[in-house]
Amino acid sequence: MPAFEYAPAPESTAIVDVAPSYGLFIDGAWAEPAEGGTLKTVNPGTEEVLSEVSVAGPADVDRAVAAARRAQRTVWGPMPGRERAKYLYRIARILQERSRELAVLESLDNGKPIRESRDVDLPLVAAHFFYYAGWADKLPYAGFGPDPRPLGVAGQVIPWNFPLLMLAWKIAPALACGNTVVLKPAETTPLTALFFADVCVQAELPPGVVNILTGAGETGRLVVAHEDVDKVAFTGSTEVGKEIARTVAGTRKRLTLELGGKAANIVYDDAALDQAVEGVVNGIFFNQGHVCCAGSRLLVQESVAEEFLDRLKRRMGTLRVGDPLDKNTDVGAVNSAAQLGRIQELAAAGEAEGAHRWSPPCELPDRGFWFPPTIFTEVAQSHRIAREEIFGPVLSVLTFRTPDEAVTKANNTPYGLSAGVWTEKASRMLWTAQRLRAGVIWSNTFNKFDPASPFGGFKESGFGREGGRHGLEAYLDVAH
Amino acid sequence: MSRAGLRTFLYGLPGVDRVGADQRAAELGTRSIKTSAKAWAIDMAISMVDLTTLEGADTPGKVAAMCAKAIHPDPSIPEVPRVAAVCVYSDLVGVAAETVRGSGVKVASVATAFPSGRAPLDAKLDDTRAAVAAGADEIDMVIDRGAFLAGDFGKVYDEIVAVKEAAGDAHLKVILETGELSTYDNVRRASWLAMVAGADFIKTSTGKIQPAATLPVTMVMLEAVRDFRAATGRQIGVKPAGGIRTSKDAIKYLVLVNEIAGEDWLSPDWFRLGASSVLNDLLMQRTKLATGRYSGPDYFTLD
Repeated sequence: MPAFEYAPAPESTAIVDVAPSYGLFIDGAWAEPAEGGTLKTVNPGTEEVLSEVSVAGPADVDRAVAAARRAQRTVWGPMPGRERAKYLYRIARILQERSRELAVLESLDNGKPIRESRDVDLPLVAAHFFYYAGWADKLPYAGFGPDPRPLGVAGQVIPWNFPLLMLAWKIAPALACGNTVVLKPAETTPLTALFFADVCVQAELPPGVVNILTGAGETGRLVVAHEDVDKVAFTGSTEVGKEIARTVAGTRKRLTLELGGKAANIVYDDAALDQAVEGVVNGIFFNQGHVCCAGSRLLVQESVAEEFLDRLKRRMGTLRVGDPLDKNTDVGAVNSAAQLGRIQELAAAGEAEGAHRWSPPCELPDRGFWFPPTIFTEVAQSHRIAREEIFGPVLSVLTFRTPDEAVTKANNTPYGLSAGVWTEKASRMLWTAQRLRAGVIWSNTFNKFDPASPFGGFKESGFGREGGRHGLEAYLDVAH
Repeated sequence: MSRAGLRTFLYGLPGVDRVGADQRAAELGTRSIKTSAKAWAIDMAISMVDLTTLEGADTPGKVAAMCAKAIHPDPSIPEVPRVAAVCVYSDLVGVAAETVRGSGVKVASVATAFPSGRAPLDAKLDDTRAAVAAGADEIDMVIDRGAFLAGDFGKVYDEIVAVKEAAGDAHLKVILETGELSTYDNVRRASWLAMVAGADFIKTSTGKIQPAATLPVTMVMLEAVRDFRAATGRQIGVKPAGGIRTSKDAIKYLVLVNEIAGEDWLSPDWFRLGASSVLNDLLMQRTKLATGRYSGPDYFTLD
């Protein structure tokens, strides 16, 4: 009998009705941009244009911030927490009801496999709204004083790697605390944010509480720099994060930044090897490696390095790369031509610097933006691929001899967002975790997210925490 | 290998993290097997079934009827493959062997004081010899879980070696009864213990203890046979048994085989499904796929 070939199992796109063009969502209604200007958003798996979205200019940002201010002052701010909670619960339920539609849309616009948007992104999106809905009427018990007040209007700029999930991380705590928001989704992935605007309408959220402005970098700059914005929250590259920090410096604005990472996944010789392989695969190939907390550096103990790499390579050979909407796809498309170019440049630099490049045999589609799952062995700390964030499905493999060396190498990076430790010995686990300078440390697992757990970085990975009780602090007027 | 050496070896195997293993098995359970792949998988699954009856109430008539079904699972559609084997108690091997003779269906016999394994070694060996003498092609033995849990790996090892010898040319399947071993670390150690002692197959369960076969336990065993072949060159088969009731379940096991051990194991020579009720569901799904319609349960024979 021939081999077990999985027949195509595409998720139907019939459930999503994408309009040919979209305006801006300001003050509870759709509006044309004052100056015009549009952007095309494409399906990265096929390069087909999905829709045209508006580019918000200064006048649009003014209107959106004014609407948010008015809503905050007159409706959302004075509203009792238990009433705000009702809206958030309602949004969460609608997101669950529409989860298939939104998952398909996310995969279309972003390129991530439907398995991930269906099983990871959308469940977490709803969970985040449910979680913060629960806090809305309990803020006096969050540990920030007896009557913590909202900050006002939040300007939020989010990235393209988890478009709807990052929106949830930003909007849910802001609204729970009584703030209103002006949110700018990423240039290449605006569609789920625009559908979220429709969810707000469906939930009868008061006008102006959530405003969605699409556009590119310039629109983001306008939102961040607007003088009537009280709080800026950004997730994205360290380069842009620094620019935002400079813009906000010296103003009254509060700022939280969640930036890049170059996380180490430390595998000790006594690790549960098969599960460690899964964790490493999940750490770097989940979402095509477009994950700020991706485990992009594997630090494996030299005594098991060879065996571990054999297992890792065999496992990589079973990764299914292709159509993001096929339910059996493990690795989808790179989000944009620009990102693909960056990944290719850094991979070339890795080869030029003497590291050894390996990918399993895999056929990539002719159209769209694709990069095969790749590992680099014989990588030294001094190589660019060991230091710079690649933000793609590329793993740099380094070895260590002793626990001290593992910790030293893991911390030897300008970043500090996450880390993973793999060992069956609990005392070694705790010893290592205590010494790693990273915001999130996963123990015998990786890329596990929960709305109740705070997330954020050390050093150039940013500051402030999102998620959990800690995530409330960024949206409350907390005296320090 | 000395007893101390055996123990050191088994405890030197990499551990299994339960949370990670469960997550991986569940993830593979979401594979979507449709159309041509489903048709292929259903026929493959049918050809891997060890059609089983292991009841105190088994009679020659019951066994003969089951054997007829094993040869022609769906008498109205001759293309349906025959199952791999029938699995019966040792005293009914003669009836089974007589009925399936010449059909290609193998006769497997449980032995060694199945299902508990609590009997003197001589009794277990006599049981085995009797089954082989009556015409069993395969012996499904149980390990001494008491000895395993007491840490007496040498006793378990010696018993498997003795049964293997008593079984002669018959294929030896070693039942670990993973539901009683409880941890995945134990499943991995018991798998290796059985393989180094000479098992041709490792099998999850008797079907008499809950939980019987599960996806993560079978995955751990598939990792073991994969690693054992890489280390020794010898290929060992795997048989999950008990609790596999639907075509969907069966297909999940095939996905596991495909992605964990690899396609070399996708054959009745190397993978079996110990079950009975799953066969009719496979036949029903096969008909649905071919005709687009579901037939009622009365259109499939009950034997």
